[in-house]
Amino acid sequence: MPELPALPSILELVFLAVALLTAVGALVVVLSPNLFHSALGLAATFFGVAAVYITAEAEFVGVSQVLVYVGAISTLIAFAIMLTRGMMYGTTSQRNRQSGTAAMIAALMFVVLTALMNAIPWPKAGEPITDGEAIIARLGSMFVNEYVVPFVLLALLLLVALAGAIVLARDRK
Amino acid sequence: MVPLNWYLILSAFIFSCGLYAALGRRNAIAVLMGIELMLNASNINLVAFWRNGVAPMENVDGQVFALFVIAVAAAEVAVGLALVISIYRNRRTVNLDELDILKG
Repeated sequence: MPELPALPSILELVFLAVALLTAVGALVVVLSPNLFHSALGLAATFFGVAAVYITAEAEFVGVSQVLVYVGAISTLIAFAIMLTRGMMYGTTSQRNRQSGTAAMIAALMFVVLTALMNAIPWPKAGEPITDGEAIIARLGSMFVNEYVVPFVLLALLLLVALAGAIVLARDRK
Repeated sequence: MVPLNWYLILSAFIFSCGLYAALGRRNAIAVLMGIELMLNASNINLVAFWRNGVAPMENVDGQVFALFVIAVAAAEVAVGLALVISIYRNRRTVNLDELDILKG
């Protein structure tokens, strides 16, 4: 089979492009002085992460990511920024006093995590996936069998959290 | 197939960005965005370890956990942003270093 070795390299190239988009989006979120640019970078990052899931052949998680993160959470954050618009164009800095230390800690975290990941000999696995639809069927059956209690609790949590959010954000006058 | 390490390095980078945003930014919404980045990084790890684990066709627990994290993150961001809006209405600021009325 001569064409098989070419396929992974295309997937790897796609992954590298997507990872670059995701990393640049994350940097924009963190470094942009304008909060709205941060929100746009966050939407780009969410899209990139969804594409990363697709490269890992987790299509259902990718679609959920687009629906929940890109569709709902990005919009919610954009609305919150506009509702607190007085803070958007402030003359003060976006960083607090400990931002230098925070940057050092974050850089150290990245270095340590990367070193740790390269040091640990992960087992060579990664079997090929033959039937993507069977995985989604398996996911559905797991949600109503093994994980039915967390699933129902999660539904309750979402209901309580969203009702609480409405109560908190409501104008009481 | 994409090597496991590539996923892990990408997720470590996103996690570090989120950590910096959570620790070093003043605006509460920027801090929430950092927390979202960290949750996404953990999700990338869950999916990557699922894909590189034993028998990914049968053991889909990694994907189940990722979906749980997505749903909990949605609840968390809704409550967080409601708190931010409520604080802004009362105090006219969302800069976290100015919100120190609990300090004795």
